[in-house]
Amino acid sequence: MLSKEEVKHIALLARIGVKDDEVEKYQEDLSGVLDFFKDLEKADVSAVSVPRQIIGRENGMRGDNAYERAPHQTELIMNNVPETKGKYVKVKSVF
Amino acid sequence: MIKELHTKLVNGKITSVALTEEYFSRIESRDAEIGAYLTLMKESALVQARAVDEKIKNGEEIGMLEGIPCAIKDNICVEGVRATAGSKILDNYIAPYDATVIRRLKEAGAVIIGKTNMDEFAMGSSTENSAYQVTKNPVDITRVPGGSSGGSAAAVVADEAVFSLGTDTGGSIRQPAAFCGLVGLKPTYGRVSRYGAMAMGSSLDQIGPFGKTVEDVALVLSCIAGEDSMDATTAEGAHKPYESFLSGDIQGLRIGIPKEYFSEALDPRIKRVADEAIEKFKRLGAEIVSVSLPNSEYALPAYYIAMPAEVSSNLARFDGVKYGLRVNDNEDSIKKSNNLLETYLDTRRFGFGPEVKRRIMLGTYILSAGYYDAYYIKAQKVRSLLRHDFEKAFEQVDLIFSPTAPEVAFKIGEKTDDPLKMYLGDIYTITANLVGVPAISFPMGTLEEDGKNLPLGGHLMAKWFDEETLLCAADAFEKGFK
Repeated sequence: MLSKEEVKHIALLARIGVKDDEVEKYQEDLSGVLDFFKDLEKADVSAVSVPRQIIGRENGMRGDNAYERAPHQTELIMNNVPETKGKYVKVKSVF
Repeated sequence: MIKELHTKLVNGKITSVALTEEYFSRIESRDAEIGAYLTLMKESALVQARAVDEKIKNGEEIGMLEGIPCAIKDNICVEGVRATAGSKILDNYIAPYDATVIRRLKEAGAVIIGKTNMDEFAMGSSTENSAYQVTKNPVDITRVPGGSSGGSAAAVVADEAVFSLGTDTGGSIRQPAAFCGLVGLKPTYGRVSRYGAMAMGSSLDQIGPFGKTVEDVALVLSCIAGEDSMDATTAEGAHKPYESFLSGDIQGLRIGIPKEYFSEALDPRIKRVADEAIEKFKRLGAEIVSVSLPNSEYALPAYYIAMPAEVSSNLARFDGVKYGLRVNDNEDSIKKSNNLLETYLDTRRFGFGPEVKRRIMLGTYILSAGYYDAYYIKAQKVRSLLRHDFEKAFEQVDLIFSPTAPEVAFKIGEKTDDPLKMYLGDIYTITANLVGVPAISFPMGTLEEDGKNLPLGGHLMAKWFDEETLLCAADAFEKGFK
């Protein structure tokens, strides 16, 4: 079972605000799934490696070329920004 | 169905505008109850339809999908149209560009009529995890349509679209197809570009079609498949047109029955229908071969490690900075720090639903120092084991058969309290995503429950990039046993 402190730590790493009264529910849910992973302990993986790409493709490469986007696409992108200042994205200070 | 409509359009029996309006009027009368759509695009759809009618009037040739109304899962971007992915965090998000599949559909002249409901960010198997509405199964409205592409499935079965697109990370096209009595295809990983589909598990996700017939699904695949410079994992050499492989002839085709998929745990009523389907394939001339996929038992836990790990990384972008919801200065804030961290914590706390938060946290834990090797690396190695299982099986057979799901469409609300129980329903579908092979669900029979005949899906998997054999076998079954 994950401890309350562990759940809070994970939540912070995941950047998800969790209130104290929600911690217990996450403890239960996450621990239940983690228990389910125990089945994997039996799997013998000594003879295999980590696949880099499941369908065995080599790197797909393309030229590093700049290309024009239609001007209205810039507008569409900027219209999605929650807060702007001039042409800039506005956020709170980091510290 | 698409071909018939195409012929009617060409012969002037119907117009694309009339066809499109017919679908919208059905949506208006039915969708309040079914809840398949999140956004309707009537205006742009009619513009598209009028352009097709103009071409026909001028005696120009039109393509197979031209003028045909279709629906798109809401995690696929259509330029200028709201795309929520079923989440409140993207409630006001307007997609600034077309996904590659959308660009290809538009170029082919398909008429896009709306965006369909889904489990939030494709996380779920019932479409009950949508932040907006619960979609009902048109076959029996007390039941779920499956998920996560439940809206796309419900739209087609309720005749609110001719075909639709969904995404499939662990079965999200095939399981709803099975629950609704449709055909649903997950192409080989790399067959269809993922550019413009909101990423859930990048090494698992594929876009694929829903249709009423195998031929419809093949026609749509021919349109959307192929290499794309915007998705480096796409492969060249799609075997188009896929509909040309539907010969109805599967004489001598070898279909493998993995013993691990037909264990004691399988509901005997479903096993009976699956056994009947095997008999039917035999009668069509296929050779039935018993095979073994010895590492099958590890697929589900490996999936529920690999997927949340990728989810936690992919969903880090929803941080309230560049798009979507931003929660600043909330009076109920956990951290009164008045800095960027507070924005992150509050935005994601209020923007994401419970299942999404669970998976992000699970993935964060899996990838954290000290657990990465035990969980993530182990799961990735299990994917190699599973791949070896499949390579060996495919030395003996062309296709692998099983039911699509270990159950029929369940009742709305039946499983919402128990995430793990929901996960177990993915047992037959997830392996195709873990190893990347193409897979299809097609109607194989029904099961009576509460006096209603509920559809059951048959599931076939084929070798990497062998969609043609997959479609050919499902089509032969469909034609042979209407």
